[in-house]
Amino acid sequence: MTVHTPIYLDYSATTPTDPRVAEKMIPFLTEHFGNPASRSHPFGWTAEKAVENAREEVAKLVNADPREIVWTSGATESNNLAIKGAANFYSGKGKHIVTIQTEHKAVLDAVRELERVGFEATYLAPEPNGLVDIEKFRAALRPDTVLASVMLVNNEIGVIQDIETLGNICREQGIIFHVDAAQATGKVHIDLEKLPVDLMSFSAHKTYGPKGIGALYVRRKPRVRLEAQMHGGGHERGLRSGTLATHQIVGMGEAFRIAREEMDLENARVRRLRDRLLTGLQEIDEVYVNGDMKQRVPHNLNISFNFVEGESLIMAVKDIAVSSGSACTSASLEPSYVLRALGRSDELAHSSIRFSIGRFTTEEEVDYTIELMKSKIGKLRELSPLWEMHLEGVDLSKVEWAAH
Amino acid sequence: MQTATYFDHNGTTRLDSRVLERMLPFMTEQSGNATSRHSAGRTARQAIEQAREQVAAAVGAYPSQVVFTGSGTEADNLAIHGIAMANGVEQVLISAIEHPAVSRPAQALQWQGIKTGLIAADANGVIRPAALEAAISGATKPVGLVSVMLANNETGVIQPISDLAEMARQHKAWVHTDAVQALGKISVDFAELNVHAMTLSSHKIHGPQGAGALILDKRVDIRPLLYGGGQEKGLRSGSENLAALVGFGMAAELSTSGLAPRREHMEKLRARLEQGLAELGATLFGAGAARLPNTSFFAFDGIEGETLVMALDRQGFAVASGSACSSDSTEPSHVLMAMGVNSDLARGSVRVSLGYTNTMQEVDAFLLTLKGELQRLRKLTAIAV
Repeated sequence: MTVHTPIYLDYSATTPTDPRVAEKMIPFLTEHFGNPASRSHPFGWTAEKAVENAREEVAKLVNADPREIVWTSGATESNNLAIKGAANFYSGKGKHIVTIQTEHKAVLDAVRELERVGFEATYLAPEPNGLVDIEKFRAALRPDTVLASVMLVNNEIGVIQDIETLGNICREQGIIFHVDAAQATGKVHIDLEKLPVDLMSFSAHKTYGPKGIGALYVRRKPRVRLEAQMHGGGHERGLRSGTLATHQIVGMGEAFRIAREEMDLENARVRRLRDRLLTGLQEIDEVYVNGDMKQRVPHNLNISFNFVEGESLIMAVKDIAVSSGSACTSASLEPSYVLRALGRSDELAHSSIRFSIGRFTTEEEVDYTIELMKSKIGKLRELSPLWEMHLEGVDLSKVEWAAH
Repeated sequence: MQTATYFDHNGTTRLDSRVLERMLPFMTEQSGNATSRHSAGRTARQAIEQAREQVAAAVGAYPSQVVFTGSGTEADNLAIHGIAMANGVEQVLISAIEHPAVSRPAQALQWQGIKTGLIAADANGVIRPAALEAAISGATKPVGLVSVMLANNETGVIQPISDLAEMARQHKAWVHTDAVQALGKISVDFAELNVHAMTLSSHKIHGPQGAGALILDKRVDIRPLLYGGGQEKGLRSGSENLAALVGFGMAAELSTSGLAPRREHMEKLRARLEQGLAELGATLFGAGAARLPNTSFFAFDGIEGETLVMALDRQGFAVASGSACSSDSTEPSHVLMAMGVNSDLARGSVRVSLGYTNTMQEVDAFLLTLKGELQRLRKLTAIAV
């Protein structure tokens, strides 16, 4: 079997829409085009029924009540609604928020916006393996803490946080607990009946659904209240106004149904491919895996290649579509803030690559990638004076560089 | 069921097949994240920039003035909340006939200590410059933001936006207009309207649901609603809804390139419709004002709007009573209340909004059905009384 380049290994940035999902969406772009808010004719009713079926599918994947699912335009909006909505609603109880330095920008920037309007925030550093230390988390909580936000699966390094324990701590202290699960659906089993989580953000396009649609889980028992961030026709019980994009909602429902039914098989297959990739890449000298390997989704491999310059690395591996840092920040050249929060040096953070494997990745593609990386890293190091010094046994951390 | 005649185009529209064709590749194989730097991401980026150019061209704006959002509602919220918050606005004025996507965020500003006042409509549903002047001089604080829609979703009445904008500018206020219902039905020119911000929506112009835009004069400071990845120059974070934006771009292009014949066709249909309505004794709202070519909002004395709409639905005609977003509620239309219509008549209101795919046969069939249903309902009412 021949391999077509570029090989897509950036499933954590976005996933292709599953053909079964696209097929299900198209009738809602054509014959069933109604506005689900139209109550006076069947065009509207058909659309509304489809929206409610999809809501059930989303709820089922995470074992929630469909009435706890609020549609949004994506995880960014879900995160903004959860964080700003809950913080503002409960601000009478206190104005302190706890989150983690390695959260997605949509969480960090929403918290920063709250700081601007008078909230205080603690950005907890994770351990070097990317996981949150439970006791440090507990210690960060204060009597005036109203909200904590911790992601379930990190977008860059794929580590899975122990949200059950963190959530229980929050619950003991009456703190609203939000979890960004955009990277987790279809990869990690989520049971919201058991998990002590109050708010959870979802995205469709990270789980083989369409872009432009997401959802926020809002717990009913005990009830969690939010201040709406978008006002208007009163859709989604007033929590999020705006005409519902029926075809996209249908697509998200189908994508989450497929995820529920195929997750276990798919994870096993993806894990085999990821482990094959890791074994292959570890034949290269001076490579470092970023993030814990045990508490991690099988789709993700984040590796730093020492003695290689980050930008030239990305240029050299044009045949594979991968990320350095998350897609949302890849327009900037700053080293990944996630890797720096783990204590990686700027150099190692710069020369990191996130390989994310998914539903349509093949063994041939993985093998091709291993060979490509071996050859390109070799060539780049041949050009690197630092690599030469390293081979000569110079300890680079002790070199004093002269300023010009 | 889906063979019913669709007369609810101000609610939503059927996707144009050419739009769908353009979208399909982006729903399947070309679905990169536009922020990624690899080739899949770059293809996505180029497609979005083309859509931006198409939307800009459709409304006489520059591509750099287009901020894509997830819906018209979001664009309205971004404009009202964002402009008021970023500029220290103390007093906002909106017209009394705005869509809830404008009036609700304006009301919510009170939690930030910002006042919102209403600009009165006349009996035809028109917001006159004199009414704006009265609202400005009646305000206790300097007016910082004025929002008046370009065309009303219920009556279709077109507002004198450039005159209102001129007056607002003289008072150093920022001006926003919701042009969601106007695009695709009349020509819309951002520069001519003389506003600072303008809302558009895709699904009202035979584009997909899930896309909207705020056209924004770059000199206006604005505070985002959504924070995160910094997309749309930081004004609207979140991975771009690629397929929907591509569809929106195509729909915007088609809505203006084919405007003249579409408009003419809809005007012809509506003339016939309204002639028939007049013969049946309907009260037509906003009849004395310039209106969109596709909208008729009317009522019959003694006939409940909801009842008539349901009766028409059973006969295969999809029409609306008031706007889709508020069709859950039984309150009389706030637009008609602002026009001074008595609430009994307002409760009878029915909206027919035509599309360019409707035909004269459909209009004739509708009038015939309406006549029959009116006779039946009047008989029932007579018995009840």
